[in-house]
Amino acid sequence: MSQTDQDLMNLPKKKFKIMNLIWVILIIVGLFVSINVTDTHISVLFENFSQFTDIFVQMAHPDWSYSSTVFPLLFQTLKMAVLGTVIGSIVAFIYTLLIARNIVKNKVLTGILRIIMNIIRTIPDLLLGAIFVAVIGIGPVAGIFALAVFTFGVVVKLFYEAIETIDPGPIEALTAVGANKLQIIWFAVLPQIMTYFISYVLYAFEINVRSSTILGYIGAGGIGLYLQETLQTFDYAKTGTIIIVIIVVVVIIDYISSKSREALMK
Amino acid sequence: MDTTYKQLPPRPINKKKQLSHWLIMIVTVAIIIWSCTGINFGGIKSTAAQIAGAIFNGIFHPDWSYVYDGSGEDLVSQLWITFCIAFLGTFISAIISLPFAFWAANTRHKKWYVSRSGKIVLAVIRSFPEIILALMFIKAVGPGSAAGVLALGFHSVGMLAKLFSEAIENLEDGPNKAVTAVGGSKFNVIMFSTLPNLMPALISNTLYRFDVSIRSASILGLVGAGGIGYPLIIALEYRQWNRVGIILIGIVIMVVTIDWISGLIRKKLV
Repeated sequence: MSQTDQDLMNLPKKKFKIMNLIWVILIIVGLFVSINVTDTHISVLFENFSQFTDIFVQMAHPDWSYSSTVFPLLFQTLKMAVLGTVIGSIVAFIYTLLIARNIVKNKVLTGILRIIMNIIRTIPDLLLGAIFVAVIGIGPVAGIFALAVFTFGVVVKLFYEAIETIDPGPIEALTAVGANKLQIIWFAVLPQIMTYFISYVLYAFEINVRSSTILGYIGAGGIGLYLQETLQTFDYAKTGTIIIVIIVVVVIIDYISSKSREALMK
Repeated sequence: MDTTYKQLPPRPINKKKQLSHWLIMIVTVAIIIWSCTGINFGGIKSTAAQIAGAIFNGIFHPDWSYVYDGSGEDLVSQLWITFCIAFLGTFISAIISLPFAFWAANTRHKKWYVSRSGKIVLAVIRSFPEIILALMFIKAVGPGSAAGVLALGFHSVGMLAKLFSEAIENLEDGPNKAVTAVGGSKFNVIMFSTLPNLMPALISNTLYRFDVSIRSASILGLVGAGGIGYPLIIALEYRQWNRVGIILIGIVIMVVTIDWISGLIRKKLV
């Protein structure tokens, strides 16, 4: 084998990119810094892993007699999710019509309303729950408000993007025959986007069912209350029951909702 | 003038569709009415408006002295801890997700039940609420950031591995075949075709997950798993509205900045 053949056997040298090296170093530094800051050591996990699995094993032997007590609060949780979704999406619907640039032409107004919407979107659901518990008081109403605000953030974002991508033809046609704003919205915009809106509301409902199950932990009503009680009294068998009930309900509702969304979009 | 042209033609009526629409409508209304029953709307505290006003006032007159005082309990250090929890949690979950993703990915070299079982496992992990996981870790490793990191690390696997496995399913077979055709070993295939093609999707999905984790990390503190949530709930309990205001502003700024940066990086990657 000659020298050139030997060279051909070798792989071509990759171009060395200094940026990649910088990224890798940054990530490794970040890793060590964050291990230090959060005081997380792998040893901690292994030292206490028996405890963790112990809790897990206890949860895996759920106390079924407890499930009869769980159901009333489970229904309350679902009610909270429904009402939160309904209130949030009604507000979101009106708000979206105000921030869609192909309906409202005033750029300043839509810009300000969008900034407000983006700020509301950044606040996580449980945080909203904590704030509303402080404002309204302990109970499901705080949870409903928290979920409504959260739903608002989710639906507005998705919905206004959908509105802005609709076909402008019908709007122009209605403008041409002299329709007013409400008529344009009713006859040109809504028929095009109603299915999207319903689909987004269902999507928000899925998220709300998940979040409503833990809102009770901070006092915002629902099944989370029992979660807190049983965890505080180390009654893990009962906690296990609650968690299994939650997971089953979440999975069922996810399934129904995603199937109906698929049916809608067909 | 002939007026007949002014009449619109009647709409075509699909009886079956109409009926199902009405049914869905009635069921929906019934569910909403059912939801209104048994919830006591009178339970709103009489001071609600006053407190809401106080919180708004606090947002516009934040407690600036809390931003940084070097004690380690101030806003900047707490946000920094929150950031680190999210970073480490995402990193751990990205590493755990890789094998799960290859397990759940529905490629054609595998039996169908392998990927199906992987997908089911991921779905169960996803639906296990994060806060409950955090509470379990608090019981195991004690309250603090470590519990938050572990909870995030395990919970994120459900979503991240799903995204990863979708990326793997979308990979084209061409580059793999090309490397095999020129005599590459299995190791060569992974090094020179699978990984380079997969990398952008992996990084982009991880960054996306990091955005989500930042939000989660800021609420983990509410249950005692470290981060900014703990001082917030303390401030809410002691009715220090100025402090609540500055913490909320801090969280919003952090989330918006990180969303923006990761959005920029992701745009560059794709």
